[in-house]
This record gives sequence, structure tokens and C-alpha cells, in this order.
Amino acid sequence: MNATFTPANTAELVEAVRSTPRLIAVGSGTKPRLSAVSAVKLSTAKLTGIVEYEPSEFTFTALAGTPLREIVETLAAQGQYLPFDPMLVAKGATLGGTVASGVSGPGRFRFGGLRDFILAVQFVDGAGRLLRMGGKVVKNAAGFDLPKFFVGSLGRFGILTEITFKVFPRHTSRLTLMLETVGPEIATQILTQAGTSRWELDALDWLPDTKNIAARLVGPTESLDALANEILNRFPGERLTTEVADEKWGALTEFEWAKNSKALDAKADSALLLKMPTTPVTSASLRGTLEEFGATVLVSGGGNVAFASFSSDAKVTAIDAKLKLLKVPCITLRGDAPLWLGARHDFQIAAAVKNALDAENRFPGLEEFD
Amino acid sequence: MSHLAIQHLKTLLRPEQLLLRSEQLAVYQSDGLTAFQQSPLAVAIPVTTDEVVALVRLCHQHHLPFVARGSGTSLSGGSLPVAGGIIIAMNRLNRILKIDPLNRIAVVESGVINAAVSIAAAPHGLYYAPDPSSQTICTIGGNVAFNSGGAHCLKYGMTANHVLGMKAVLATGEVVEWGGVSRESVGPDWCGLFTGNEGLFGIALEVTLQLLPKAECFHTVLAGYNSLEEAGDTVSAVIASGLLPGAMEIMDALALEAAVAAVHAEYPAGAEAVLIVELEGPREVVAEDRKRLDAIIAASKPIEARPARDAEERMAIWKGRKSAFSAVGRLSPDFIVQDGVVPRRKLGEALRRIGEMSRETGIRVANVFHAGDGNLHPLILFNGRVPGDLDRAEALAGRILKMCVEMGGSLTGEHGLGVEKRDFLPDMFREEEIDCMKRLKSAFDPLGIANPGKMFPGSEAPSLTQHGLHPLEKAGVISRE
Repeated sequence: MNATFTPANTAELVEAVRSTPRLIAVGSGTKPRLSAVSAVKLSTAKLTGIVEYEPSEFTFTALAGTPLREIVETLAAQGQYLPFDPMLVAKGATLGGTVASGVSGPGRFRFGGLRDFILAVQFVDGAGRLLRMGGKVVKNAAGFDLPKFFVGSLGRFGILTEITFKVFPRHTSRLTLMLETVGPEIATQILTQAGTSRWELDALDWLPDTKNIAARLVGPTESLDALANEILNRFPGERLTTEVADEKWGALTEFEWAKNSKALDAKADSALLLKMPTTPVTSASLRGTLEEFGATVLVSGGGNVAFASFSSDAKVTAIDAKLKLLKVPCITLRGDAPLWLGARHDFQIAAAVKNALDAENRFPGLEEFD
Repeated sequence: MSHLAIQHLKTLLRPEQLLLRSEQLAVYQSDGLTAFQQSPLAVAIPVTTDEVVALVRLCHQHHLPFVARGSGTSLSGGSLPVAGGIIIAMNRLNRILKIDPLNRIAVVESGVINAAVSIAAAPHGLYYAPDPSSQTICTIGGNVAFNSGGAHCLKYGMTANHVLGMKAVLATGEVVEWGGVSRESVGPDWCGLFTGNEGLFGIALEVTLQLLPKAECFHTVLAGYNSLEEAGDTVSAVIASGLLPGAMEIMDALALEAAVAAVHAEYPAGAEAVLIVELEGPREVVAEDRKRLDAIIAASKPIEARPARDAEERMAIWKGRKSAFSAVGRLSPDFIVQDGVVPRRKLGEALRRIGEMSRETGIRVANVFHAGDGNLHPLILFNGRVPGDLDRAEALAGRILKMCVEMGGSLTGEHGLGVEKRDFLPDMFREEEIDCMKRLKSAFDPLGIANPGKMFPGSEAPSLTQHGLHPLEKAGVISRE
């Protein structure tokens, strides 16, 4: 059941879906736990390329297997970018895998996450029908918003073949400040106050070292200095040079701070990488709890998401129980732990929607994982 | 059946929560799309979310169609009653349950008025971004059902982009809770799927909304041009410059004439088109960005460019824009408004073709549109008392919608399909895709009782009896996006 098939084009992918009783799409495998399930692996490695890109429209459409790197470079050449700030770009993450995993980067703080920029999808449903939903323009309210539903749906309702995104013009300059946190109270103050300030920060991440919060300003070069001075008057810290800052953000978004970050095989003796939603007010206590279990933690998105890395001998059962108690839902991106940890809601509608999109159960259900 | 249903409703609600007499029902027989009228069997007015849940479960048990209605401002007939069905009027569920400034969220019941959220958040320097023109009266529940937009969608997105969590009752009677205070989640985006369901899945009960810090500084410019094309070219130049304005709006000569008549707005003499561009952000950022914007506008050779010098002038500019639709009522006894979307680079071509169609048919069309995101709003003027006038206007509206889809755009940017545009769905989606949507609808509503007759073509036609402005529009209380 763990064979891999790599269709050369969308037609072959459709055929593969029709002829394979059980399968799951895989991208480049940077978040391997998400597809670690007994099923034929359908690789999107050959479904690559940007299909349409009209810079003046602020939209592009690309095949699901397109590496983010290619997209980021193509957009940058036109002075544009993906405002949700994708993770794992250098490690080869694909556009489709990023949508299916629902992972956004630090820049999601300013304008929103991946779900806020996806406009349209083409996908293959469980009956092997190739369908389009959404619209390829920046504003559209026609039909149900399945593109958003596919964000974080782990390929369990359909296989994405083509995705359309909204993009933004890239700011002319950026400036990163390293703010000292001292303790959790100060960190919470920074996360909550910076979020409501006039500064309109682009990113606000509490770093894995626990001592610093990185705040990124973007905008016209001439404007950043005054804003930086005001922030540093309020919270002690320092400016980083662009080179140092870019390196730091790169290390964060590539998960280089995570334990055993080179190992990607879910079944190997590798570290765990978990993602969980949190809030500016509660992220400090959640972080403290996770650290008691031995985690290294990145609190990203201005305190709205935590990525936690544990060594392979982590006490998963105890972590799960604690997260349930805290009512925090959690997903395992890497490592040998259950796919879902912490709080779970089980609504009947989930099964009904699964049946609407994949009556044949050709794709494993959300609750199925090895 | 009807009698039995009413007996059951009486067991759930106090007498004053149930409207049954024809003169009481008359108020509910139409929404913002006044061309359609249908009297409901009854209007239920729940005051708690538990009552809404009980009502939906009763409807489910008795196969009784229901339509949730907020303030009835839908421009696509989304809250038009269904024959033999009930209206669940959500306005009494109007409590703001929580404003949490530290997490920058609001939790509200779905009958809360859109603008009330920003008013409640204002003391904390926060606001709720989506701003449909009816925002002083439309409800959050209606905004969620139709994924409402506004003038700031290019930069800030639509309603769906600001809904973090919700409690909802589905048409099956199941009560779900999705998302929450965090801006992030794990698993499929259920809130995203529910938002924009047009009332076909169920009813939102409580909604967690993201709040944004109020921009410190604005720079709003109004520029008059000799032609629509020049105004459109200026929009292209702004986009090409890398600026990201909060809003870019264009009004054509006919819309300007209406705004002058209605709110005494003053525009550059002889202008065939007016462009409004607004920058916002920290004062240091706006100070730099406005230099670029002012240079672009100067280079575009407008008849006149007027930057708003203070908050009052800014409000006056927006008042003229936001009242333009109802103002058109002064030019014509009736009008249809469409909200198709075209790729922005095709705006000029779209407007030219609308102009050609207008001349060819002899039907006047005023244009007000969100130029930043390609969202057109052609106002097709007609006189409902002239036999055949409505049919001709509707035929023209249909041609414009088809043109939008042919150009690679969408049938609707923010009003939804509702009753009005349901027959055009096959122009944008293939049969297999519509079938997929129908299967989704059935998953949420296997009995087909939630807002039936909307979104999908070929549904039973509601009655079509009258035209004219919504009574609240005539009174100047609301306006259209």
C-alpha cells in the first residue's frame, strides 16, 4: 500500500484516482506525518509550473506540485510576494502541500494566513471528477468556498491539481528589531500591545531561544526609522542588519531551530514537530507548559500559533492529555505521534461532507493515520 | 401542514415572538432586491440562540422550509421568504458578547449590526474591517451568510477573512462550534466553508470576529477626469507602482449626477469620471506613500485632484460614494444593480462594452465600482410602470453578467447569487461542479429546508411583482455597495 505513483500530468492523475482504491497525495515530504497513512502515495513532483501569472491582477495560478521556491522567485521578479509568508520554501515545500497542511509563516501577522489568500482550486474528487471551485479574481462570492475548506484538509477530501492565489506588491524596505522578553509577562505585553499599536508590524515572532521577540517592520525606507525608535523606546531591544535579519527569519521558517531538523522520515527515530493554535494572551503559558515537556517552541503570528519541537522520546500521551485539558487542538507535522493531539471536536457534518466529496472513501479519512 | 407547523411554533415561542397576520408579514415579504416578493407562512423572532436551535430542529422535524433574515438588505434576494416556509428573524440576537482588546477579537451574536462591532471596539483603538455600504443596518449573520465585501477588499479581504470562529446550527439541527479566538487553526477550514453559504447550510448563532488596529492616518484623494478610461488608467498606474491602497473607487458621470442631487456632493466641473484613492497606515508610512500617489495622480492629468484636508472632508468624499446607489433612485423610478467582477486589466474594456450595450438598447446605465478589485456595479435604470421595461433591463443585466464570466471574472463579488443570479450559475461552473455544490448542500441540509430556491438554477420561481427602492433606502437610512 505504500507504493508511490508519479503522474506526468493532470490527466494521468485523474486516471490514477479512478483506478486506485486508496491513495493520498504527497508533495516534497517536508511535513511527512500528514501523509503517513496506509495508501498508495500519489506524488505531485511532475505537476509543476506556473500556469497563469498576471502581476497587474495580483493573482497567479500554479500546478499543485510547483515548489514554493519557484513561485517566490517568480513573484519577486515582479516586485510581489505571498503575504502569508510560506514556510519551508528552501527545503522544497510545494504549493499544494502547503495548502493541504494549512501552514503559514510569520508574515501572516499583518494580512492573514494562507486561507486569506487562496482564491480558487482545481481538484479531483473521490469519483475522479476534475472540478474547479472559487474564482480566479481577487474578489468572488459565487458558489461555496471550497478553496478555503481545502486549507488544512490534508488531502483527505480530494487531490489538488491547480491553485490560484492573491498576492501583494512587496514593500520597498524591511527592518527587524530584536526585543528582549526577560520573562513571560513581558513577552505577553509585547505580543498584546504590539498587536493593537499603530505600527502595523509585518511579523511578530517569539523566538525558540525564549529571550527575544522578533518584530519586523515593512514600508517605505524613510518611514521605518521613526517607527523603530518608537518601538525601541517602549520595549528594550536592538535593530538587526538586513542580512542578519533575513538569516534569522529564514532559519525560523525552515524550522532549522527544531530538534533533529534534518530527519524527515516519519517512521525514523526523528523528533516531533507539532503545530497548534494559541492566542496572544495565552501563548506564554502554553509555551511554558510545552517547555516543561522538553519542547523547543516558536510562537509565531503575533502569538496566534505555536510550533513545538520534541525529541523522539517525548511523553506523547502526557502531552496529549495536557493539551486536551487546555482545550488546545494540535496536529503533528513530523515524527512518530498520533496525527491529532489535544482537543478534538467530532461533528456529524464532517462525515457528511466527506461523503459529498469522496463517497468512495478513496482518500483516507481525517481520523485515519498509521 | 401549515396549521400544524404554526401550532408547533406556538409551543416554542411567546405570542409576541410569532408574527402571523398578513399586515405583519408584509414587512418581511421582500429584501433589498425589491423586484421579488413572497409572503412567508410566519415570522419567528427568537431572542436566544437556544430558541434558534429549537426552531431549526422543529423545521427539520416537520420538513418546514426556513429562511434566516437579519436586516433584509440582501441585494440578491438572499432573504426572500419561501412559500409555505417561515422567516427566522435574527435581529433580536443582537448582543455583543465580548470585546477582547488584548487578543483583538469580538464575539457577537449574529443579529449584531456590522457597524456596532466597530463602535464597540473603537475605545480600544480597534475596528472591524469589512464595510458593506449597508453597514449601519446589515447584520453580521447576513454578512457571514453572503461573505459580504465592501470598499476595502483588495487589501483586507471579505467577511470570511475576518471570521475566526463560530457557533452555528446546521439545517440538520446539529450545533457546531468551529475555530475560536486564535487566528490559526488545525484541520479543514470549516468557518471558511460556512461563510458565503447563502443560508443554504444553516444559521450562524455566534461569531468570533478579528479586529484590526485602526489606521492612524489616512490620505484620501478625489480626482476628476475627462473620461472613464483616464480614471481607469490611473488605477493601473497606482497598481503598477507597488502601492497597496486601502480603497480605489470610480464613479461615472451618471452616478456623479445622482450623488450631486442626493447629498449635494461637489465634484470637479465637467468630470466624466471621478476616482477616489485612499492610503492608510502609520503617519510615517502614509507620508512617504502619498508622495508617490500624488505624483502618479499629477501625471495622470486630472481635471482636478482634491486631497481631503481633514477627517470631515474625507467623510464627505465617502458619503458621496456610499450614497451613490440610493441616489440613482432620484434619476429613475427603478434600477437593477449587478456586482459582477472582471480582471482589473479588463475594466476599461468591460466599461466600454457596457456603454455600447447601453447605447444599443437605449437603457441608461450608471457605473460605480470598486476599481481596485475589478468589482463592477452597473446600475441599470428602468421604469417598472412601462410594459416590457423590466424585461429589457433584466436582459441587459444578464448580458453584463455573462460578459464578466467570459472575461475570466465572476458573477458576483459580494452580493451573492441568491434568487437574482441563480440562473447564471451554469455560466461560471460546469454541471459536474454544480453537482458537487449540490452534494455539499445536501450534506448540510439533506431535506432541502434551508433557504431553498436560492443559488441553484431551475429552482421554483418566486413571485415577481414590484420594483422600486427599498423603503429604508428611500428614507436614506441605508445605501447599496
